[in-house]
Amino acid sequence: MAIHKFDAVIVGAGGAGLMAAIQMAGKANVAVVSKLYPPRSHTGAAQGGIGAALGNTEEDHWEWHMFDTVKGGDYIVDQDAAEILAREAIDSVIELEHMGLPFNRTPEGKIDQRRFGGHTRNYGEGPVKRACFAADRTGHMIIQTLYQQGIKNNVQFFDEHFLLDVIFADNGECCGCVTWEIKTGEIHVLHAKAVLIATGGFGRVFRITSNAMAGTGDGVAIPYRRGIPVMDMEFYQFHPTGLYRLGILLSEAARGEGGILRNGNGEAFAERYAPTLKDLAPRDMVSRFIFQEVKEGRGVDGKDYVHLDLTHLDPAVIDAKLPDVTDFARTYLGVEPKSQPVPIQPTAHYAMGGLPTDVDARVIRDEQGTVIPGFYSAGESACVSVHGANRLGTNSLVDLVVFGRRAGRHMLDFVNREDFPELPRNPDALARAELESVLSNRGSESAAEVRARMQDIMMDNVSVVRDEDGLIAARDEIQSLKRTYQHVSVRDPGKVFNTDLMETLELGYMLDCAESIVEGALARQESRGAHYRSDFEKRDDVNWLAHTMVSKTSGGLQIRKKPVKITVFEPKERTY
Amino acid sequence: MKSTMRIKRFDPENDVKPSFRDYDVECDPNDRVLDALNQVKWFQDGTLTYRRSCAHGICGSDAMRINGRNRLACQVLMKEVGKKVTIEPLLGYEVIKDLIIDMDKFFDAYKSVKPYLIANDPPASHERLQSPADRDRFDDTTKCILCAACTTACPITWTNDQFVGPAAIVNAHRFIFDSRDQGSGERLQILNQQSGVWRCRTIFNCTDACPRDIEVTKAIEEVKRALLVEAL
Repeated sequence: MAIHKFDAVIVGAGGAGLMAAIQMAGKANVAVVSKLYPPRSHTGAAQGGIGAALGNTEEDHWEWHMFDTVKGGDYIVDQDAAEILAREAIDSVIELEHMGLPFNRTPEGKIDQRRFGGHTRNYGEGPVKRACFAADRTGHMIIQTLYQQGIKNNVQFFDEHFLLDVIFADNGECCGCVTWEIKTGEIHVLHAKAVLIATGGFGRVFRITSNAMAGTGDGVAIPYRRGIPVMDMEFYQFHPTGLYRLGILLSEAARGEGGILRNGNGEAFAERYAPTLKDLAPRDMVSRFIFQEVKEGRGVDGKDYVHLDLTHLDPAVIDAKLPDVTDFARTYLGVEPKSQPVPIQPTAHYAMGGLPTDVDARVIRDEQGTVIPGFYSAGESACVSVHGANRLGTNSLVDLVVFGRRAGRHMLDFVNREDFPELPRNPDALARAELESVLSNRGSESAAEVRARMQDIMMDNVSVVRDEDGLIAARDEIQSLKRTYQHVSVRDPGKVFNTDLMETLELGYMLDCAESIVEGALARQESRGAHYRSDFEKRDDVNWLAHTMVSKTSGGLQIRKKPVKITVFEPKERTY
Repeated sequence: MKSTMRIKRFDPENDVKPSFRDYDVECDPNDRVLDALNQVKWFQDGTLTYRRSCAHGICGSDAMRINGRNRLACQVLMKEVGKKVTIEPLLGYEVIKDLIIDMDKFFDAYKSVKPYLIANDPPASHERLQSPADRDRFDDTTKCILCAACTTACPITWTNDQFVGPAAIVNAHRFIFDSRDQGSGERLQILNQQSGVWRCRTIFNCTDACPRDIEVTKAIEEVKRALLVEAL
């Protein structure tokens, strides 16, 4: 076992983690841990843009962005956080440009902007051009730029290190983490004054997802196992346009540039549901429109998909602004988007929920907002909450640069102020016990089969439309799979690059994420944003204008409500 | 369709040298090679080891030799590779296990060319201006995903481990031709050394291998030309 000492350890090298690291580089001793190489992080898969009210191509104001974020999240967004998001988006994007990010440009040389779902002018009057973009590779450019800055600033990277545990002292403060070096199998203890969880999401709990295979919720599940609550887990976004059967994302930018969804009859159905924004209504709604079309027999050829039609767009616009996503359609479906409609279906895309934090990314342990000293989270693994019940397109990238930056700045101040907490006597005890338990299982069950069963039940019962019977069945199945997991055997006995062991551990993490998603979904007896209950079709502000917090206790799962912060915008009916 | 996957295996804890093993898989013609590898790993042999993440050609994890060509396993469909597929690790770097190569030298070479914007005094409150034409000048090389397919396809890197390789040059190009950058001199000096662009013999393997369709050889030629212009 190797023991290292750092002022701060950042787990996850996507946009949030790297943004935090860059704030601290050179001013504190900081390490970035990733189970991948940093540029492989899933931030790189983001396509369409990053929202900021720069007003480069038409009038825009951060107040409008804040309003859209609150309304898009079906009013369960904490408005103090949404204000920070919308305000700080502007200079965060400028900072990215200063770091070298190659944005597309307007004829005057400014950062170019385009339309995106749910982003409007003057509090909902019509679409506004707010998404700053680099073709349909905005996330790629962000991850590359931030990695470049990490290299420039001599950030210390622990590449291909897998998170096994976060260490908490008896008094509750965080004092480091335990990793497993994938290349050697060696255990490392990283003793630190502060730890940032920036491990992203867990879309892999669903069968059809846009998420990378690495999106297994490691950094969310581990604190949850240690009794720390997870918040708003029932709010899981299904992006309307995943490539049929594969779930690979086809950016909303395709509709921002004028693409139209059509059902099996060729009808542009979105305007029937959302007369003002039509195809650019928020994602939760468009996914439900598709679900409804399919349910009423208007899917293409009676199947469970519809078409995204780009054939009327100028081919030059497709080549210049949507090159990658149209390539995906060609490569994986054999469809030429310039002349043929693209088969699409909703795909599990983004967790609005996660570790509850305050606006400085400090993880809190209860509904009063009690901070856990030294423990931070930012990006998709966190729930601030700026996305509420449904995240607007582009706001994930905004979230990770704004709150990654705030995390880094707050941590820097914290580690410069505080002394090292004392490590528990056997800091790696829980991690080793977990490893040994998984390695000693000798059952006949395979991780792949358990994983597939989890993904099936989550997709069938816990996706775009939910009801009590389905959720109870899902809860039973997840608990049964957790028992089966105890009999899954790891077939690779090696120490070097044991990805069989890694996938098995990841499955364990995903089962915990799935458990909390189902628990939140069962508790929330209303429909709001991405959480749609066919047995409770209306939003219920009297009982449910509140966040849910699910936590593991000695007496089983506990669910509590946390009040929503409302500062400016009173909840209204959400129409587009 | 039925396919036979012929995979080069190496277990550093038990094997002296690598050897091939065959696996039969039943797959859809539209499955990716990565799907077939997953099928082997998940349902036949859990010890099979490879890197992968995004599964759609964006993260750069799963570059490998597929029927003798460097490709991303998630970007090639089974129907393209036929009923017999040979899978090997990329050439030129040490193999850690099965299809996993040691990437340290690759990233060291990348870091050696100062792959970050060098620009002093940006304007405080707004973005630097850059015309669409200036932005287009380096668009191609911004697409690099650091998968190493180009560098490990280059015969020069196989024999000369000092050569920085195509990927590092691509990433230097991305900044040398960015109108906002002020570090071109430093980078060109690095690439003018023994280990730099003059090792390139314009073989075009790199361009053929790039899964992002970057014109790698052209980028290298542009860097060479920039050096010549500077020398004049």
